[in-house]
Formats: sequence, C-alpha cells, structure tokens
Amino acid sequence: MSQFQPDSAHAQPAAHVSVIRATSGFQPLQLGEIWRFRELLYFLTWRDIKVRYKQTALGAAWAIIQPVFMMVVFTLAFGKLAKVPSDGVPYPVFAYAALLPWQLFAHSLTEASNSLVSNERLITKVYFPRLVVPIAAVLGGLMDFAVSFVVLLGLMAYYGIRPGMAIVTLPLFLLLAIATALGVGLWLSALNVRYRDIRYTIAFLTQLWLFATPVAYPSSLVPVRYRVLYGLNPMAGVVEGFRWALLGKAPPSMSLIAASSIVVVVILTGGLMYFKRMELVFADVV
Amino acid sequence: MSFDAMRDCAIVCRGVGKSYTLGERQSYRTLREAISEAVRAPFRALSKREASDAPREFWALRDVSFDVRHGEILGVIGHNGAGKSTLLKILSRITAPTEGEIEIAGRVGSLLEVGTGFHAELTGRENIFLNGSILGMRRRDIVRKFDDIVAFAEVENFIDTPVKRYSSGMYVRLAFAVAVHLEPEILVIDEVLAVGDAEFQRKCLNKIREIGSGNRTILLVSHNMAAIRNICDRAMVLERGRITEIGDVNRAVDNYLARIHVPAAVHELVETASFRVDDVSVNGLNEGTIKTFEPVDIAVTITPTTEIIEPDIYVGIVTMDGLTVSGLVARDFVSLRPMRAGERTTVTFSIASLPLLAGEYQIQVHLVDVIGFKFEIVPRTFGFTVVETPVYGGRKITRWYGNVAMRVAVSETREPAVAEVRP
Repeated sequence: MSQFQPDSAHAQPAAHVSVIRATSGFQPLQLGEIWRFRELLYFLTWRDIKVRYKQTALGAAWAIIQPVFMMVVFTLAFGKLAKVPSDGVPYPVFAYAALLPWQLFAHSLTEASNSLVSNERLITKVYFPRLVVPIAAVLGGLMDFAVSFVVLLGLMAYYGIRPGMAIVTLPLFLLLAIATALGVGLWLSALNVRYRDIRYTIAFLTQLWLFATPVAYPSSLVPVRYRVLYGLNPMAGVVEGFRWALLGKAPPSMSLIAASSIVVVVILTGGLMYFKRMELVFADVV
Repeated sequence: MSFDAMRDCAIVCRGVGKSYTLGERQSYRTLREAISEAVRAPFRALSKREASDAPREFWALRDVSFDVRHGEILGVIGHNGAGKSTLLKILSRITAPTEGEIEIAGRVGSLLEVGTGFHAELTGRENIFLNGSILGMRRRDIVRKFDDIVAFAEVENFIDTPVKRYSSGMYVRLAFAVAVHLEPEILVIDEVLAVGDAEFQRKCLNKIREIGSGNRTILLVSHNMAAIRNICDRAMVLERGRITEIGDVNRAVDNYLARIHVPAAVHELVETASFRVDDVSVNGLNEGTIKTFEPVDIAVTITPTTEIIEPDIYVGIVTMDGLTVSGLVARDFVSLRPMRAGERTTVTFSIASLPLLAGEYQIQVHLVDVIGFKFEIVPRTFGFTVVETPVYGGRKITRWYGNVAMRVAVSETREPAVAEVRP
C-alpha cells in the first residue's frame, strides 16, 4: 500500500507533502493512524449498533434473549441431565457468567470476519485505515454485552452471590476477550476478502470453539497436565477469569491465564501484520 | 522531484502505473483453488508451463506523469476503461500504484461516488454525520456546516426521516450536499455531476466552480464535456491507461471528441435516377468539430448523370428520432445554374450560427429538377454530431432540453402582494 508520511484527512491544513509510491510486502502497522481516525471509528461503531436492531420487533431485547435462552438450554442439558459440576455455584449463574464473554466473543468475531466484505462499498470508494472496519465491528458487540450484563447482576442478586475484590480484574478479562476476537477477526476478515469460503467457516468455527471453552463445564474437569495446553485457547482463560472475578470462586490457574495471554498477543500481532500486508489489495480484490 | 518544483504544484505524478493480474480484479478465489494451485505449483515448475497458463498482466494505467498546480482545475477525460477511475483511486489512496511515485501537497478529499456509506435505515441527520466522517470531516466541522448542508440539499422537512423513505432525487441531493461541504485543499471528483435533476445539477456545477475559485485544486472526471469545458482550466485525455494529451481544455476536448466522432469513414457513392451524390460533409470551425452557436458548413457534392436544366437541392437537418429541425432549399437563397451530365458540383450551405444543442443529427438530401419535374430523395442520411459545449450554464444537455439552442435572457419582475379583498 502507499506509504504516506504525516498526513491524513484529519491533519491540519499546513503545507504538508505526502508521497504515494509502490510498495509491497509487510507494512509498518501505523497504529497512530487509527487514533487520527477515531471519529470515524466512533461513527462506524455507532452505525453498527444503531442499525442492528432497527428493523427488529424486539430490538435490543435480543441482546438478553440470546444468552438467557442459551443459559436455560445449558442448565437443562448439562446442569440437570448430564449433572455437570459447576464449582459450587448454581448452574444457571455459572453458565451465564461464561456465556456473557462467550457471546461477546462469538458475535464480535463473526462481525469482524465479515466486516471488510460487508463494507465493500466503503473500501473501494474512500480511503481510511482499513483496520477501523474490523475494530468497529468488534466494539459494536460491547453494547449487547452491557445490556446482558445487567441480567447477570439480576441473577447474582437472585442467588445471593456477592462478588469479591476480584471484580476489579474483570476489565482485564474483557480486554482479553476483545483482543482474541479482534486477533482472530483480523485474520479471518483479511482472508475472507480473498477466499469467500471463510464466511461459511465462521459459524462452524465458533460452534467448535464453544465446546473447547469451559462455558458449559468447569475447566477443573480438564486434567491438570493438560491445563497449559487447554490454555492455548485464550477464551478458556477469559471464561475462567470472568467466573473468578464475578462469582468469587477459586482463582483460575495462573499458567492457564498466562498461556491464554501469550497466545492472544501472538494471534493479534500476527493478525495485524497480515492485515496490513493484505490491505494493499483489499480495494482491488474485494 | 526537487522541492522547488513541488512548491507550485499540488500534485506531481511521475511514471505511475497500475497493473492487475487478469481475473484478480473481478473475482475472488476460493480456498480450494488456492490449495490446488499450491499443490500443483512444484510440478508445474518441472514441466514447462504453457504460455497461456501464465497469469496475464493488464495495465490499467502506465507511465502516467503530470503536474497539477495549486488552484488548478484539471479535467480528466477518456472512454470507459481508459484508466480514469484507477487514477483517481490511486490519488485518493484507495489502491496503491504498481509503479511510480506521486507527491501530493495538501489534504486530499475524494468524491468517487455519491452517498458512500449512506445507510438506508438511518435518518438524514444521522447519515450526514456518518457520511461526513467517512469522507474525512471532523465532527465539529460537520456540526458547523450542518445547516448549510441541509439547506443545500433542500431536505429540511425530512431531516429526521430514514433515507430509505427519500425519493432518489432527495437522496442524491443530500449525499452530494455533504460531499461538497468537504473542504480539502485537493478535491478529486469522479463523474458525480450526472446525478440529480436538472436544477440540482446546475447548483452542483456552480458549487464546484465556487470551490475551484477558492484556490482549491480539483481533479474532475466527467463524461459531460460541456461541464469539463466550463469548469476546467486544463484537461488530460487518457486512452488505454496512457496520457494521450494534456493541455488547454477546449483543445483537448475538441481533439478527444474528434477522435470519437470519426466522420463516416466510407463515403460510398449514392445514386439516384439522375444524380450521383459524391459527398455530404458537415464542418465546423475547428477541424470539423461542430459546436452550438458556431458557424457550420454543410457541403453537398453531386454529379448529375443527365443534364439538369433547373437544379435544386434540399438539405434537411433531422434528429435521430426523425424529427426535421430545419429544412433548407438552395433556390431560396441562390439560383443554381443548369448542370451538364458529369459536371461535379458542390453546393455549400453556410450557417452563421448553428442553433442546435449537443447530440447526434442526420442530414437528409433531396435533389430536384424543377423543369423536368424530377424529385429524388437520396436513400440514405448523413450523420453528424454537435459536441458538448457550455450552453445553458454548462449543464449536461439531456433530452429535456430538446434540440434547438436559443440565446436566452431571463428576467423577473414582481409586484407586491395585495391582500385579498372579500366582497
């Protein structure tokens, strides 16, 4: 992609000169550009949220209905029938506390992966750092998260669960969930531009991933010697972290959290690099 | 590029080219294809690849070098697929050049499509903010210009209605209104003048002219030659990805149009019972380019096959719909001398100022022998094209305007309203 020195549509109208020249290969990440386009990021996120429920009869209630139904189904299937242990917490709260970050992750990942293709018109007609598109898609999921979070507070109050000091770590696990969704989303969105197969893979992928994550069951069921391996799934760290921060049970294994964090950093960095490299051809291929 | 040369120029483009691998531009690949290609690749290297198998390169743009001075308005013209849009996309950084370098002094705002990012579910107000930020405006600038934008678009009463309920005219007006309130130092515009109704087009042209006079640099792609002539200082002609001409706008447009409207190449002979038509030509002032309100010569060259005592020629100017706009009979102006068989004669009708708007026309020829009661209609017509020039304020001349050009002045008088008196 063209490299341009200090300049953007938002820079001051000084006599700045920018250069566009042919380049290829890996590109500087230029994350500062995202900051300069923060208003666009805000408007795209706002649009995604605003439009999502505009023509639905139930509107934002969907943000509650989905996790609540999942919780009910999980409680019946795993809690009652399969008698899956829930670390001493009532199973509905146990499941819902995990479904919350899971839904955020699954939704954000799906939206981010399809974001470049669904914003094709924008990409072929206007310049802006393309990273804004998947980032806005991921951030758009936070609104649903906030709405469904209120339900969790209600559930906790119902079961008389009081979070401990660990709740201050919740934003960290939230960040980890977002970073995971963005990291994987960057890879998939860039791949999706070239290979439309990706679109069909995403639903399948999130389903498999759900079962590889301790949403319906506690990670304590996983043998200790496989914990680190299990932690390679960053969502395992996120879900365990959420349960710990909110329900105040046994702290998650540090090796699991560490493994999850490292994996996220690797996926996210790799995703950024791949995305910036592929950005060169988005407008030509999409 | 030295800094000195850069100082006067807003854009310096050097040797810019853009190539596509054929097939890449339109279609995405499936994973299966990519995998099977990857698997085959090593074997393909062993057995010599056939030439037809090699990815074919297509240069959408090649060796494009030009400068645009600060405050200049440069028109870019060319056929579809000549590379105009690719050039604008490179300048606005949507796509990267394959080779070459461009230096740009100033912020670039590009308007390659009207209403990019508009969302049908959102209201006019919401879309102004969304679209404005997509085009690179800051929120506080949008707030500041909000009323101007709404007034320009004439959608005051619908500003809180979802744009999916807008008429297409309103939609386009709103989209254009946001775009023209961008204030970049360099504005890149692609063929957006062709939208909206006649009234609004005129408003847009005026707005662009106003932007241009404010020492802003503009690159304008349009198929509306009248608008190009009217707005631009210079024009650049692109053909198959290369610049074929760059310079004075009227000259460039004339040459471009002359190349499109090649006069009927074969002047095959047309024969009637007693005449042979050798040639019918319509010529304007400038290398055959015919323009509204300019002098035009219609020359009919005939050779009678028998003697004609009292010859006459009728020339009819007919629209493509078959409507006769004007008929001219030579005898109304001169009396033609008797013609002997085989005597090649050219009769020229010189029109001082052609009152026709841009478009395609045809010439009908009738040959008459007044004494011998011969009246022969030449069994074919001869086409000519009036090229686009700024006539009524430089707007695109459509069918609405008819065919006849008039010199018009419009004035108005008003009388103060009188309160209605009820009996």
